Amino acid sequence: MDGDINASAPATTPPDSDPARKRRVHGMLKLYYGLNEEGKTVDQAESMDPCDINGPHFDPEVYLNKLRRECSLGELMDQESCMVKQIRSLDSDMQTLVYENYNKFISATDTIRKMKNDFKKMEDEMDCLSTNMASITDFSARISGTLQDQHAQITKLSGVHTLLRKLQFLFELPARLNKCLELQAYAQAVSSHRRARCVLQQYRHMPSFRGIQDDCHAIMDKLAQELRQKFRDGGSSAKDLSECVELLLQLDEPAEELCDKFLSHAQSRLEADLLGLEAELRPPLSSGPTAVTDPYTGPARRLSVEPTAGSPTGPTSLNNPFLFPSLRTDILEFIDRGCNEFVSSLCLVIASYQELFVNRPQEGELASKNIPQMAIGKLHAFVDALATRYFSLVERRIQEEKSVGDNSLLVRALDRFHRRLQAVAKLLPGSAVPSQGTEIVVRAARERIKQYLAALQSFYLNSLTDVRQALAAPRLGGSSAGGGSHLGGPATGKDALASLPELLSTLSASILNQIKSVLASVHLFTAKDITFSNKPYFKGEFCSHGVRESLVVNFIKFVCQSSRQFCESAGDRGGSTPPALLLLLSRLCLDYETSSITYILTLTDEQFLVQHHSPVTAVTALCGEAREAAQKLLNHYVKVQGLIISQMLRKSVETRDWVNTIEPRNVRAVMKRVVEDTTSIDVQVGLLYEEGVRKAHSSDSSKRTFSVYSSSRQQTRYAPSYTPSAPMDTNLLSNIHKLFSERVEIFSPVEFNKVSVLTGIIKISLKTFLECVRLRTFGRYGLQQIQVDCHYLQMYLWRFVSDENLVHFLLDEIVGSTAHRCLDPAPMEQSVIEVICERG
Amino acid sequence: MEDDAPVIYGLEFQIHIIDFDDENNIISKSVLQHQAGEIWHISASPADKAVLTTCYNKTSESRVVTCGAVWRMPPEWESGSHESPDDPHNSHNPQNLELLCHLDNSSHGNASCVLWEPMGDGKCVISLADNHALLWDLTESSTQATISSSATLEGKGQLKFTAGKWSPHHNCTQLATANDTAIRGWDLRTMSQIYCIENAHGQLVRDLDFNPNKQYYLASCGDDCKVKFWDVRNINEPVKNLEEHSHWVWSVRYNHSHDQLVLTGSSDSRVILSNMVSISSEPFGHLVDDDDLSDAEDNHQDEKTKEPLQDSIISTYEEHEDSVYAVEWSSADPWLFASLSYDGRLVINRVPRALKYHILL
Repeated sequence: MDGDINASAPATTPPDSDPARKRRVHGMLKLYYGLNEEGKTVDQAESMDPCDINGPHFDPEVYLNKLRRECSLGELMDQESCMVKQIRSLDSDMQTLVYENYNKFISATDTIRKMKNDFKKMEDEMDCLSTNMASITDFSARISGTLQDQHAQITKLSGVHTLLRKLQFLFELPARLNKCLELQAYAQAVSSHRRARCVLQQYRHMPSFRGIQDDCHAIMDKLAQELRQKFRDGGSSAKDLSECVELLLQLDEPAEELCDKFLSHAQSRLEADLLGLEAELRPPLSSGPTAVTDPYTGPARRLSVEPTAGSPTGPTSLNNPFLFPSLRTDILEFIDRGCNEFVSSLCLVIASYQELFVNRPQEGELASKNIPQMAIGKLHAFVDALATRYFSLVERRIQEEKSVGDNSLLVRALDRFHRRLQAVAKLLPGSAVPSQGTEIVVRAARERIKQYLAALQSFYLNSLTDVRQALAAPRLGGSSAGGGSHLGGPATGKDALASLPELLSTLSASILNQIKSVLASVHLFTAKDITFSNKPYFKGEFCSHGVRESLVVNFIKFVCQSSRQFCESAGDRGGSTPPALLLLLSRLCLDYETSSITYILTLTDEQFLVQHHSPVTAVTALCGEAREAAQKLLNHYVKVQGLIISQMLRKSVETRDWVNTIEPRNVRAVMKRVVEDTTSIDVQVGLLYEEGVRKAHSSDSSKRTFSVYSSSRQQTRYAPSYTPSAPMDTNLLSNIHKLFSERVEIFSPVEFNKVSVLTGIIKISLKTFLECVRLRTFGRYGLQQIQVDCHYLQMYLWRFVSDENLVHFLLDEIVGSTAHRCLDPAPMEQSVIEVICERG
Repeated sequence: MEDDAPVIYGLEFQIHIIDFDDENNIISKSVLQHQAGEIWHISASPADKAVLTTCYNKTSESRVVTCGAVWRMPPEWESGSHESPDDPHNSHNPQNLELLCHLDNSSHGNASCVLWEPMGDGKCVISLADNHALLWDLTESSTQATISSSATLEGKGQLKFTAGKWSPHHNCTQLATANDTAIRGWDLRTMSQIYCIENAHGQLVRDLDFNPNKQYYLASCGDDCKVKFWDVRNINEPVKNLEEHSHWVWSVRYNHSHDQLVLTGSSDSRVILSNMVSISSEPFGHLVDDDDLSDAEDNHQDEKTKEPLQDSIISTYEEHEDSVYAVEWSSADPWLFASLSYDGRLVINRVPRALKYHILL
């Protein structure tokens, strides 16, 4: 219908051009068949205008009116002609289209007609088919009706058959089980029984089944018995054992009991191992203290001879190779044995236990859930108990390890011990055993450090004894070097003196070496390939507290302390320590203060990478201590030497009758001895200490001060003193003199140099001289003798002291006091004194 | 008030009696001649303040002998005119001592010191002569002296007593002596040794003193620059050591009433006053019962807040220029003491006021 409109519409509007027209026609067709939705909307938008001749809303009236209104006549004419042209062309187009499509319509009609014929034929065939089918159905129904009875019978028969087979199995079961039992095919028996068990349980109310069940039970009990027996015998391999356990578990044996049995069985074997270990421990314990103490007295000697090498069995076997033949396995062997026997079988037990009780997949009704927990609990208790015993044995053995010679053996043993315990840790994650083991290692390390400290201390004391001996018997040391210089006292003295620096250097070197070797030994504990070295204790506390503090720092403190003891004990008990030793130790302590302590501690810190988490003893504190000790020793040295000279002087003053002495012709021998001794002390101190600083050192000191001393001061002081009428003058003068001189500290601390030491000694000696003189009464010649002696001392002593005025002052005092104490104070001529002294 | 001669010291041949006027701080002295010889030791009778003993050197035929004698001071000295201290040479007509008797010791050697019986009636003295200790009875108002008993120190070598002290305890039956480095105790009833501290000091022992309030305590000093305090019941170790002096200690004295105060004099020219609270009879301050001091102590409450004192050096006196050979407490005023040095200087000092109040209150 629309086609009519379309056909008429183009007829009224002449087409503009061919392609556009064609498209429009297509568009129309499309529109008709509803193909192009979008295009339609677009068209619609365009063609709302009623004047659009191509739009669907075209209104001819409006269009005409519009044209009439808008166009002139000419234009209307043109429009009209154009419109006519277009209509004509549209008509012709339509004619061609109709013509083109006509043939197709014809053929389509033909085809449809043909199809109509074919369908009619097919319909007949289908009817025939349906009748056939109906007859087939009929037949089949008849057949199945006849067969139905037989089928039911067959089904029933087959059901009876299977039931019979099961029954047969049941009836045969006891016999079969018996046979299995005979053949020891326990696994098969158990599985057979398991299959039958439920049925038997269900039908037990029937007497025959009850009979079978009872039989089976009896057999299975027997089987269980046998299994248990096998389990108990224990001779079987772990695999057998585990099979046993598995079967027993399947037989509803209580798991707890099985665990207990398994463990007790394992325990008996492990205890045998432990007893073996203990047996190794026992002989040295029972055979008395000799074996234990021997290595203890040994270390010092061995340390001094062979610091690092040497086997630990050395000293014992040396002493008595027949009494203790191979009785002491060394600690590595012991630990090895412990590891190989006890620890490895423990691991095995743990592993198989876990396999059996803990890790096995729980199946069916057996999976009562608390079995693994219960089993693990038991295992822990078991392992803990055994490990405790093992540890106590190991600790006992470690404690016996007292010889400090070779640390590597112990460290290796401990390492192995520790390493093997890691296996336990892996097998039994929650166990306390490895941490306890680590504690043992830590304890052993601590103990070791203590032993090393003790060894170092005894080494130090021994070396001191050596030094003492060397000082006491210089000829032994000097004969090799000095050759034929056996000229008596002074010569040997000089030998001893000459060897002082050597002694010092050998002493300090040997101590340092010893410390180094000990550090090296201890360092083994922290070596990288040692398993426990990465434990926090060995990384931190062992290095800082153990090695640095308890070993090195304590040793240094010990050195200082023992040195100080020399000062204290010797002072009261009459100076048993040779002064040279005091001097030597003082220098040693001073060297420690200046360099050695820093060196040792740096060495330690470097070797052990000490991280100071906790506060540690500072280097400065140690240095301070060493310096204090050095100072104390040197002070004591001065005191002792001063005392020796003092005693000489005191005896010489006290024992002489100064009133009735003869006119002096010589310097008294004591004074020469004093100068001699002072000189030798000077040499001795000079070997170890630097010169030091002198005050006002003049080139011709003795002469210049001598004149001052003798002529001016002495004379002015003497003159009034022997006029008894004016005693105050003397006091006045001496007081005035003293006002201007400094107070002399007699026993004052000295500095670390030769001059200061000598000054101290001379001060002490002269002060003693002074005090002794004041207690005596002198005759004229007594005074003169003192004058001579003092002048002699004056000549020789000034060179030793830092401030020669000090010597002058004290000697002045001596002569002045003598004059005071003189009954007939007539001093000797200065020139005569000089002559006597020059003569010596 | 006036003090009676806290120390009488001898310069050759003279005895000076020093009066110290505490209120006016004036020192005055009287001089007495001691013509027998130079004096080495002097001690006053506890019973009669005019009687004293000396040990003196007598030089005859170029021999020096030390003798002991008992003297009486002439009665005038007490009322006599006191010289002004700024005119020392104004010693017009010095008087002589009156000899009461010689402690004749010709057979026993040189007397080193004479000791009066403490708190006795002035009838007993002990003289130490070389290695003898002689107990004398003075009769006839001290004009006659007879040896009642004696003890002798036996041993190898030449032994010689250097110092001694008569113990005021045990009814005055004990004597302590020093020879060389040893200190010995003697029982005067049997004249036998009761204890001996060998090596009491590293070197010579110079002086001894008994604690006046603790009967077993003894102080000693010596050439090892130390002062040691002993409990004679345990002679292995000293109770306490003091090492403050830098040279020989010549003299040690307990204060007569407050035995924590100990005075020492040394040849390093120093006098040191120490407070040895820990071994005194009043170890924690004043421990007298409330009743005893109710009248004296009003501000008693403060005492409880006081900290116990530590052993300490109270002060060091450095007025002397030469060795100090003697120190002595005043017998009249417990807070006063004097020290004497080689150059003849006598120094009188007082215990610091703060300490005095600390002890008293």
